[in-house]
Amino acid sequence: MRTILLATVAALAVTGARAAELNALVWCDHTDPALIEPFEKAHGVKVNLKEYEGTGTALSLVEQSRPGDWDVFVIDGIDVPRAIDAGLLAPLPEAELPMADIFPELVMAENHTRDGKTYAVTEKFGYNTISYNKAKVDAAALADVTALWTDEAFEGRIAIYDYYLPVIGLVAMGLGKETAELTADDLPAIREALIAMKRNARSVVDVVSSQTVLATGEVDVLVGGGEWVTAILAAEQPELDWMIPEQGAVRWSQSIGIFADSEKKDLALEFVKYILSPEGQARLATSSCYWAMPANAKAGAVLSDQQKAALRWDDQAEYLKRAQLYPAPDGDLDAAMQDVWTEMLQQ
Amino acid sequence: MSAERAERRRAWAAVAPALVWTCAFFVVPFAIMAAMSLWQRQGREVVRVWDLSNYHAFFSKPHLVGALWNSLEITLAVTAISVALAYPLAWIIAELVPRRFQRLALMLAVLPFWTSYVVRSYAWTLVLAKNGVLNQVLLGMGAIAEPLEISATRTATVIGFVHFFVMLLTLTIYANLLQLPPNYRRAAADLGAGPLRVFWHITLPLTLPGVMVGAFLTFVLCIGDYITPQILGGNSELVLPQVIMLQLGRGADLPMAAALSIVLMAVVTLAWLGCARWLRLERA
Repeated sequence: MRTILLATVAALAVTGARAAELNALVWCDHTDPALIEPFEKAHGVKVNLKEYEGTGTALSLVEQSRPGDWDVFVIDGIDVPRAIDAGLLAPLPEAELPMADIFPELVMAENHTRDGKTYAVTEKFGYNTISYNKAKVDAAALADVTALWTDEAFEGRIAIYDYYLPVIGLVAMGLGKETAELTADDLPAIREALIAMKRNARSVVDVVSSQTVLATGEVDVLVGGGEWVTAILAAEQPELDWMIPEQGAVRWSQSIGIFADSEKKDLALEFVKYILSPEGQARLATSSCYWAMPANAKAGAVLSDQQKAALRWDDQAEYLKRAQLYPAPDGDLDAAMQDVWTEMLQQ
Repeated sequence: MSAERAERRRAWAAVAPALVWTCAFFVVPFAIMAAMSLWQRQGREVVRVWDLSNYHAFFSKPHLVGALWNSLEITLAVTAISVALAYPLAWIIAELVPRRFQRLALMLAVLPFWTSYVVRSYAWTLVLAKNGVLNQVLLGMGAIAEPLEISATRTATVIGFVHFFVMLLTLTIYANLLQLPPNYRRAAADLGAGPLRVFWHITLPLTLPGVMVGAFLTFVLCIGDYITPQILGGNSELVLPQVIMLQLGRGADLPMAAALSIVLMAVVTLAWLGCARWLRLERA
């Protein structure tokens, strides 16, 4: 009996020792084994990844979890202040992170830093702009973004990416508004443009369908698309491309941080360091879910010339100048924007 | 008296597990949801005020009420088409297919159930796409000059639903047809009724309760589904479950999602009351 008991305890101890696990709440690009496995092998751990879409979903998941359930949080760059306000994120040791290698525009201290402490770091960024089939549409026809809702030539030929913030931002820029200064007074004009664009649209699509509708020729233009849609398809379908209209594009970014309640902060920090390293950044940038620019400029040394061409590495200085951030509405404006978006979907 | 009491106790003991189960997994969650539907999302906070503002917001916004109408229109169309296709199919399997092949025929009928619901929906997108299988075949045959624009429409949603529910209804109607005593039909035939008359006056009325139950199941499953409209409908319009998902996923607005869920449940309850009343009338 005693032997059985000891054997059981020993077995549990071994299982416990093997069960070093990290729980990360992430976007789909982190679920690529090519990104995660090198870290798991190097540290002898298992990384459990829970993929989500939309910060609202992530916050609901965290609310329903016990403190300590989650270790690493990948979150929309504009929502980091929300997470800091909610006390979800732990301060990061800046000295251990490659802060100097992050593109200056992507440091985003106003979002990531509070009272001198850094709570998150940008890991990847890109643009919500226009993806299109250049064999069927001339880029010049898309130079003015307002054509998407004013030109009947696009009727039935466009799809709209189903995320209200970037598309509302893009429409706002088309209407000559600054994304950072949007108020409820701007919504009627944005609503009108969105509804007109929906009339031209064949469908409103999620992340996966964004690639499918272009790749299968279902539509010729994806509003809200960008390198994250077409870069991964470039090798097989070079006719699929992306461009930034005269009015500019909306810049998105995703940030990585550590949960304040994590009981494995050291391991979580190792994961953050890996993701922000040039190798981790190159793998993240070319993840099988979607491609986009790495935040660490040194990843350029790891990426191939073909990969950099697909990401438009050399054009980034100009693109960054022409891009504006996602709108960052307060709670009431956010609800009003979602209402406008739902109304557009229902047309 | 004591024997009667013991009997009553035994009866309560027999139903107790079902009662506990229903309370734990339906009554309590429903009460919580109903209470939550009276709260409000203000800014990014949920405020525990008790009023009907979520219901007022729903009924005062045409695009939200429109989602309920879309749900009802799609569900009624799917239910009607599925019954119209499933009944003949079940009848053919039960009456015309030799007994020894009926199992095989049923297996073929339920084959689509073997694949994931989501995978099946995505497969339909490839079939119905502008350059999809259907258009390629029709163009190849010269039946159409231009590709049909079915994908990302209500038609695509209805096709996806009907494909699923015809199978479900075929099974329920087939089971009903098998239980039908052959004597009634034989007696009618002996009295000179032709096959059509036998079907119209004997077979159909006797199988209608089974059809109604199957139709109600189709109604409930269809009106509460958001995956098929999301994948096949291409967001060309919204149904109520999609709006509920938007409240949860985008806005984290649990009170509004709860209110919309109560509205959806009310519609299902009304459908059930109608169905139950009809079944009672039939029995009477």
